[in-house]
Amino acid sequence: MNKGSFQVASRDIAGAIRHYPLAGMLGWQDVRQRYRRSALGPFWLTISMGVMIGTIGVVFGSIFHSPMAEFLPFLATGLILWGFLSAVVTEGCMGFIGAEGIIKQLPIPLFVHILRMIWRNMIIFAHNIVILPIVFLAVGKPLSLAAFLSVPGFVLIIINLGWVALILGIICARYRDLPQIVGSILQIVFYLTPIVWMPSSMPHRAGLDLLQLNPVFHLFALVRDPLIGQIPSAFNWEVSCILALIGWSGTLAFYGRYKGRIAYWL
Amino acid sequence: MASIEFENVSVDFPIFNANSRSLKKRLMQVATGGQLGADQQGRVVVRAIEAASFSFKDGDRVGLLGHNGAGKSTLLRLLSGVYEPSSGSVRIHGEIGSLIDISLGIDPEATGRENIYVRGGLLGMKRSEVTSRMDGIIEFSELGDFIDMPLRTYSSGMSLRLAFAVSTIVRPEILLMDEWLSVGDEGFKHKAEERMTELVKSTNILVLASHSRDMILHTCNRVIWLDHGKIKMDGDPNAICDMYFG
Repeated sequence: MNKGSFQVASRDIAGAIRHYPLAGMLGWQDVRQRYRRSALGPFWLTISMGVMIGTIGVVFGSIFHSPMAEFLPFLATGLILWGFLSAVVTEGCMGFIGAEGIIKQLPIPLFVHILRMIWRNMIIFAHNIVILPIVFLAVGKPLSLAAFLSVPGFVLIIINLGWVALILGIICARYRDLPQIVGSILQIVFYLTPIVWMPSSMPHRAGLDLLQLNPVFHLFALVRDPLIGQIPSAFNWEVSCILALIGWSGTLAFYGRYKGRIAYWL
Repeated sequence: MASIEFENVSVDFPIFNANSRSLKKRLMQVATGGQLGADQQGRVVVRAIEAASFSFKDGDRVGLLGHNGAGKSTLLRLLSGVYEPSSGSVRIHGEIGSLIDISLGIDPEATGRENIYVRGGLLGMKRSEVTSRMDGIIEFSELGDFIDMPLRTYSSGMSLRLAFAVSTIVRPEILLMDEWLSVGDEGFKHKAEERMTELVKSTNILVLASHSRDMILHTCNRVIWLDHGKIKMDGDPNAICDMYFG
């Protein structure tokens, strides 16, 4: 049975990847639909993100006595990444529920709906990235060549988010109160992850050790560290890769087992 | 070559928000709809299709008859591959086209042209394919300059015409329809009728769910009569229509 369900799942995902133009078009359509008839469109999100970074930067920067040149770039990358991650996770819960109409009418590979959701959030993420050069210029922090390392890091984040969104989409289609639980968990993770606080402001060594248990910390390090002039540790890479491997194999088995039921649950 | 084979196919719907108290358990048979029952874990299930076996081959024009809730739509969804059977086996060879809900995916804020791309994409067409047929679609829909206006400015007839024009350019081997598509005013209806006839002619297998006796007799060479999720009769349209419409 195990081999069979792997096959079902990978066939669906391969089919979805072949359908990437459809996922891409629907993702664009979503963004356009959301911001049609608004002059600034998705840049409204960029503005609110920018304002939030500015406010939190000033308040927390002075509470923690962090130098702005260090803290602001750290905070900006962290918040923008968090915006992407939390949107993919929360919308992942609605990935299949929201596509009910299509799923019940057309035999399109189901993973297309997850790809569409991830793509839509990548477009919004790309709008938010505009803030980064402004922040880096404002505090006068130069980017090193190592910054390019954050690109493979970002790819690894997406790969990991892919399985999280897929498995949440499946379970949420069946148990409709899960999205609320996921929302609360995300809020906790936000405070447990160094985004508005820097690991260096942890008073005890034990806290830093505990931080190593937070997978989001490792994923963020892959993208954020190169941008603020550090090289992510090999341990960061190992944890993220292993997470992707274990996550995807578990998700594939689960997806293959329950894919046929999703249309009935909706 | 297209073929469809159903062997002992059953479909159970789990109903999660109905609790399976004793009264409901006793409602094994209801006036309309499938049969309500409970599975091993005590959840309420609706048996929408029970032990359906049949096979369709090239040239079959199958009409589905049955009262509301008899399982026609469920059967169409099984045929389109949207639902997997709860038990039994379904084998389908051939490319499937579904004209069940032609307005699916239509975004009222987007222009007619954008909607053509979305509809085309959902029906499995590549963007370049849609682009090359764009002029034909616009001409057929008779929308003229309205094609670059948001769909919310359209009358309902106009948006249906657009949906029809895009949805009927595909030429699938197996065509599924829930009621015959008929849109627009007198002039357009004639054109639409022609397009439908052509579409049906080019498809290998047609499955049409309908409540219209004339439609079934006119289009189909085989009829399946569904009753409470079971196949009551399967055979010649004239004989079955006489019994069903009696």
